[in-house]
Order: sequence, then structure tokens, then C-alpha cells
Amino acid sequence: MEILMSIVIGLLFASAVYLMLSKSLLRIIIGTGLLSHGAHLMLLTLAGLKRGTVPLLGENAQAYTDPIPQALILTAIVISFGVTAFFLVVAYRAYQELGTDNIDEMRGTETDD
Amino acid sequence: MSVLHLVIVAPLLLAFLVPFLHKRFQSFHTGWFVLLLPAALFIYFFQLIPAMKNQGTIQETANWIPSLGINFTAYVDGLGLLFALLITGIGSLVVLYSIFYLSKEKENLGTFYVYLLMFMGAMLGVVLSDNLIVLYAFWELTSFSSFLLIGFWFERERSRYGAQKSMLITVFGGLAMLGGFLLLHVMTGSFSVREIISMASEISSEPLFIAALVLVLLGAFTKSAQFPFHIWLPDAMEAPTPVSAYLHSATMVKAGIYMVARMSPIFAEQGTWFWLVSGIGILTLLWGSFNAVKQTDLKAILAFSTVSQLGLIMSLLGVGSAALHFKELDNNIYMAAVVAAVFHLINHATFKGSLFMVAGIVDHETGTRDIRRLGGLMQVMPITFTIALIGSFSMAGLPPFNGFLSKEMFLESMVYLLSLNIFQMNTWGVLFPVLAWIASVFTFIYSMILIFKTFAGKYKPKKLPQKPHEAPIGMLISPIILATLVIGFGLFPNVLSNSIIEPAAASIMPGLIDAGQAFDVHFSLWHGFSPALFMTIGVVLIGILLYITLPKWKKIYEILPKQFTLNHMYNSGLIRTETGSNKATNLYMTGSIRTYMIYIFVGLIGILGFSIFTKDAFAIDTSNVASIGLYEIVLALIIVVASLTILMAKSRLTSIVALGAIGYTVALFFVLFRAPDLVLTQLVIETVSVALFLLCFYHLPKMSRKEERIKFKLTNAVVAAGVGIVVTLIALSAYSTKIFDSIAQYYIENTAEKAGGGNMVNVILVDFRGFDTMFEIAVLGIAALGIYGMVRLRLSGRKTE
Repeated sequence: MEILMSIVIGLLFASAVYLMLSKSLLRIIIGTGLLSHGAHLMLLTLAGLKRGTVPLLGENAQAYTDPIPQALILTAIVISFGVTAFFLVVAYRAYQELGTDNIDEMRGTETDD
Repeated sequence: MSVLHLVIVAPLLLAFLVPFLHKRFQSFHTGWFVLLLPAALFIYFFQLIPAMKNQGTIQETANWIPSLGINFTAYVDGLGLLFALLITGIGSLVVLYSIFYLSKEKENLGTFYVYLLMFMGAMLGVVLSDNLIVLYAFWELTSFSSFLLIGFWFERERSRYGAQKSMLITVFGGLAMLGGFLLLHVMTGSFSVREIISMASEISSEPLFIAALVLVLLGAFTKSAQFPFHIWLPDAMEAPTPVSAYLHSATMVKAGIYMVARMSPIFAEQGTWFWLVSGIGILTLLWGSFNAVKQTDLKAILAFSTVSQLGLIMSLLGVGSAALHFKELDNNIYMAAVVAAVFHLINHATFKGSLFMVAGIVDHETGTRDIRRLGGLMQVMPITFTIALIGSFSMAGLPPFNGFLSKEMFLESMVYLLSLNIFQMNTWGVLFPVLAWIASVFTFIYSMILIFKTFAGKYKPKKLPQKPHEAPIGMLISPIILATLVIGFGLFPNVLSNSIIEPAAASIMPGLIDAGQAFDVHFSLWHGFSPALFMTIGVVLIGILLYITLPKWKKIYEILPKQFTLNHMYNSGLIRTETGSNKATNLYMTGSIRTYMIYIFVGLIGILGFSIFTKDAFAIDTSNVASIGLYEIVLALIIVVASLTILMAKSRLTSIVALGAIGYTVALFFVLFRAPDLVLTQLVIETVSVALFLLCFYHLPKMSRKEERIKFKLTNAVVAAGVGIVVTLIALSAYSTKIFDSIAQYYIENTAEKAGGGNMVNVILVDFRGFDTMFEIAVLGIAALGIYGMVRLRLSGRKTE
């Protein structure tokens, strides 16, 4: 399972990088979304998959899955959400102000004056 | 702090007071206040002479950074005292001259004297410091104050150019010298010059020794304007003339000479030292004197003449180092070269100082320094002419002036080299007297140009900007004193020999003179029919001949094309560095995010891929993997298909929906991998994110809303595939090489017992590791405030402009 997941994560990373190298601002942000999905799955995978039941004590199980990566991922999800939301609003404002979605047209200050 | 320390820093302290004096006493020329100090210091140093005579030295230490061995150790020996006398003596005369040269009304005198005092203090610090780091600090202070003085008339473009040039070259050398000092410290563990000298024989075989030697010499050569670093000196002539007289003839340019003399006991036994110092010296002598002949500006002639005379002193110091190979002091002919170097050092300071002051007077009284417009000033300015005559004849090496004696001794030392049988001198040594003789001929020619083109010939009052007349007496005092010294030292050279020159020569070559042993320095105007005398006669005869025929052979100066001049190389070098770095920066700083991303990702692939490959780190271990079920395969396929859809989709809306699909699939993965809290959070957040994406999409500007696929770019694809592969490889290797077990067992055991909870993930988030959560809340808060600010604040500078 972990080997399959590693390949899926690699694929997510590759797509994310490809999108981040494109010209459209929206696609770049989609790329960052994919990248964080890949990172979250990687955190979970590297701790080992399906090693026991859900980490709730009420289950009274022999073995539980590792709760630490889950806590880490939860933190990471919230932070990446905050950042993505901020990025999206920045992009929205950039559209309003600059009237473009193309990052090649958003270069430096030399063309401004 | 002792009296000696106070004496060294006194000019720096007075520099603080000068602006107040300048403001408070407007009716007085500020220079009068300043004049008292160097005169007092001169008297102080003068009364130290008897103490020096018996090999006595004075040493005082003030702690600065004792833990690093850096202390302000003031150390006076013969060499230091000689320089201190020159600095304060010529300093007093220059201040006196500047009082009459610089106008009280037009010039910013407060600034001028602050810079000048700064320089004087720095120079005293250089020659009287025993600690290399303190010496270096003062050394750089001389560079800075010289920079300020050259650029004193900062509204002139040439001044700024000259100041920048001298700064770049001398600071380059200064930094090299610091490197040499540090290497010496590495080898000996000490910063004290005398301690290093006592260890000289032990370190001479170290591998760093030659590097230290070359670096220290770089510093000395740049400061003393040796070939090819001499180019800053002629441009430094944009400074006010008192500055040129003081810094660029008598003191600062001799700092490099001082350094070579001071370091001689450490390095001089090396052949490299002998070759570099005497070779570069003689080359500078020849090149400087050759170039001085073609100049038309009085100060430019004097600048090249300074370069050439400094080369002369330098080469004498180099030849003097041969003395170390003959251990007995009696009849050590090379010791005479050291004596000649010290003697010429004094002589040069006297006659060059007076000549610069003469050039200043001529400039001040006629309004020009161009020898093509000057002429026939002999009758108008008889006193100035007399001084100039004495100075020039001394510079040319004619009797009975002091330059004659030192020039004779110089030629004699060069002839002695013929009998030297070390350093392969028996083959190349013959070049030294020949080059020295040719240079002397050119020295004779430019000295004659200096005096006769200015003062003899036809009087051309119409060509002059002002009506010339004799200078005021105040301006003439200093050059008269210097000219008197020129004659005095010429007729009675032995006043100097035992009191000043002998202790100075003894401190340059301390190994040769045992304690208590005195060696006799004796000069005589007439010293028999030596080879040097015949050489001087030849110089005068050929010199007169060449001076008369000068217009006929002056064309040889046009042979060297402009591209090969050192100035051109310096200028184009500067421009090329500037445009080159500009081009290089523009080449890779394209301003496009995509390029930078490619750099980052390629760097990532390169570094990670390289280390996986070279460390043989890839590992795959299938013994411990979980089983694959049907659900997982389906979910993995959904992710693959959805991400391909994002890449292929024409519409951005499709991409957004596909991204949402991936998010929900990830949530489903969390279900399968037994992470209920993650599932909940992921579902909610994915929903909100997709809504935000849609909002953003809805507001896309109309004109760029034209839907199109991502254009396929091979580089992007390769980079993306590379990142994906590297990440997969690392994930596999990391999973397959687990070094120790998880610490999760602790949390599982203690969640109920110690924290009183049942949900391990939640207890970790708010109890065991609650700090993370607090700052994660802060992140969300900041994001929310940021978004609010972005949406509400409209402080657009563009519109208000």
C-alpha cells in the first residue's frame, strides 16, 4: 500500500509542479493546492498505513494507528487553508487592479512608469 | 595611556575641536590654531633623538582587546622616529603654507583641517604602532582621509574621479596586506612586529610564508604607487596643492616604503623579496621618469617624478636586503644601499615638498600650471625661481645639493650588484645599473623641463589668466625652509648621519648589528673617482643633449597606443566589471516567476537526486507494507484521473472541480487510513476552498478569460516529472529505512490517564502539543485580517499620483 501511495504522491507533486510553472495565476494556486494534498498524504504514508484501529480510546483495540501524524496533518491542513484563502484573495485583488491573470504581464516595476 | 599614546592621537583629538574653533573665531584663519600642534609634536619627537642614538627604543602599551592579542602598543625606534619627524615637520610647514594658500572666505577651512589632522594622526599611528592590527587600522584611516582630501573640491568631476581611483587601489592593497598580517599571525600566533621578527627564521620555511610576503608587498606597492599601481597618484593631483605636497610626496606614499623597511627583518632573506622589491622598484623608477618627461602640467610632472623616486627608494631597500647574506658588518657594501634609501627618503621629502609648494605658488599667482603657457617667470618671481632651481637640481642629482649625494649612493649600490653572486644575479644583475642610469637621464630631463620651461624662455603675459607677481612672504616661508634644508643636507650631510640615519638603518637591519655595536655612516661630497661619478657625468652630458633635442624625439610617446596604457586598462576594466555584472544579473534575473521556480525545482532535483545517487541511499523494503485493497486502487485511480484532468482541461472551471474531486478523495483516503478527524476537517475545508476558487474564477478579468489549455512545454514537463520521481524515491527510501519505532505508544497509554481524554488526536492538539495549535490559530487570524485588509483597504498610490 505504501508503495502505491508513494507513486500517487509523486504524481501529485509532478502535476503540482507542472501547474506552478504555468502562466495563469489561478492554475498556480491550484498547483499549490495539489502540492499540499501530496504533502499531507506523504506525512500519513511515512508513518505506516493500516496499523490498527482509529485512535479513539473507546475502541478498546489491541493496536491503534499512529495519532501523531494525524495531529500534524490537521495542523498543516488548517494552515495551508489559511494561506490558500489569502492567496486567492490576493489573486482576486490582482485581477481587479491589474486586469490580468497572466503572471508574465505582472513583471516588476519597470513597466509601471 | 601614556604621553606617547597621547601624542599619536593628539591630531585626532584636535580634529574634533577644529569645527568649533572655525565657527567661534571667524576672523582668524583656522590654520593658525592647527599649526601649533604639529610644531609641538615635532619638538617632542626632536628631543627623542638622543635617546634613539644608543639603540634605545621607547615602548608603551595600552590594552585594547587583550583577549585577541590586539593592543595599542606604541613603539619608537630609529625608523619610526625618522618618519614621525618627517610627518610632523613637513606637516607644520604644509599647514603654514596652506594658511596663505587657501582663502579664508572661499574655502571650507573647517573641513580641510579636520581631514588633514585626521591624516596626520593616522600616519603617526602607522609608523609608531607595533601591533599589526592597530597598524592596519591606522593604515586604512590614511586611505580614507586621503580620499577625503583628494575629493576636497567635490563639485569637480575630476576630483571625484581621482578620489575614487585612489580609494579603490589603496584599499585593495590594504585588504591584501591585512590578509598578509593574518597569515603572519597564523604562523607565529602574535600580532607584534617585534615578536614576529624574533621568529622570522623559524617561519621562513612555512608554506604560507611566501603568500604572506606577497600580500604584504601588495599593500606596500599600492600605497607607495609602485608599478603598475602608480596610476592613482597622478589623478590624486586634483587635491589642493598643500595636500599634494604633504600626502602625495612626503608622507602617505612613503607609508609603503615604511612597510617594506619595517618588514625587511622578517622577509628580506628570501630571494622572492629581493627580486620583487628591487625589480618592481627599478621598473617603477624607469617608467615614472620616462612618463614624467611627456607631461605638460607642473603637478603631473611632479606626480610621475614622485612615482619614480619612490621606485628608487624601493629598489634600494630591495638591494639592501642582500646585506643579510653577508653576516659581517664591516665592509658590507649592501648595507650602504639601506643607508642610501633612508637618506634619499629624507632628501626626497625636502625637495619634493618644496617643489610642490613652488607649483602651488605658480598656479596661485599666474592661474595656470600648464608649462606650454608658462615661461620667463624668472624676473617676475625671483625667490620662487631660486627655490625651484634648488629643488630641481637636487632632484636631478646635481652637486652640491642633497639629491646628488643620495643619487651617487644609489648608482654605487646598483654597481655593487654586479658582484653579487646569489639569486642568479651574475646573469641578470647587469640590468640594474643600466636601467638605473637610463632612469637618471630621464630624471635629469624632466627636472630641467620643470625649471626652464616655467621660469626661462619668453615671458608670455597674454597667455596667462592673471597678471603674475611674486608670492606673499607667508607662502614662501615653508619652501624657503625646505630649500635651505636641501642645501644644508647637501653641504653638511653628516649632521643627519649619526643622529637619524644610523638608528633608522639599524632598525631596518636589526639582525646585522649586535647590541652596543655602532656602525659608522659617513657621507662626503667628494668621494673619489668612483664609477658612480662617471655615471653622473654621463647623465648630465646625455641629459643636456636630449633636453635640447627634445622636440625631435618627443614622438616616441605616441608609439604606445592608447588601448595599452594602464589608465585605459583601469578605466575599461571598471566599465567592463560594471557592464559584465549587470549583464550577468540580467541574464538570470529575468523577472519572471516561472524562471525562478525552474531554478528552485532544478536545484531541488539536483541536490536531492545527487545525494541519493552518490550516497547509494535508495532502498525499497516490501516486507512490512500494508495490503492493498480494491477501495484504495479505486481511490488512487480517481486521483490519477483527476490530476490528469486538471493538466489537460481546457476550462479552468473543470480544473477547479477536479481539484475538489482530489480533495474529497484525499478525505476518503483518510477514512480508509482511519483518521476520522482528518476526514471531517478535510471535507469542510475542501468545500470552502472550492467555493473560494470559484469566487476567484468568477472575477477573472474578461479579456483573459479566454479558455485555453496549458501550452505544453518540454522543460516544464521534464522538471515536473523530475520533482515527482525524486519525491517518490525519497518517500520509498524513507519508508524502507526506519531506524527506530514511533513514540506514539506514550500518547496511546497516557491520553486517558494523564490528560483525561479519549480522542488521541484531539488530546495531542490541545494538551500534549497545544502550542502548535495556538499559533495555528494565530495563522488563521492573521490570514483573516489580511484578507479583510486586502478587500477593504484601497490606499492605491497609483490613482492618487
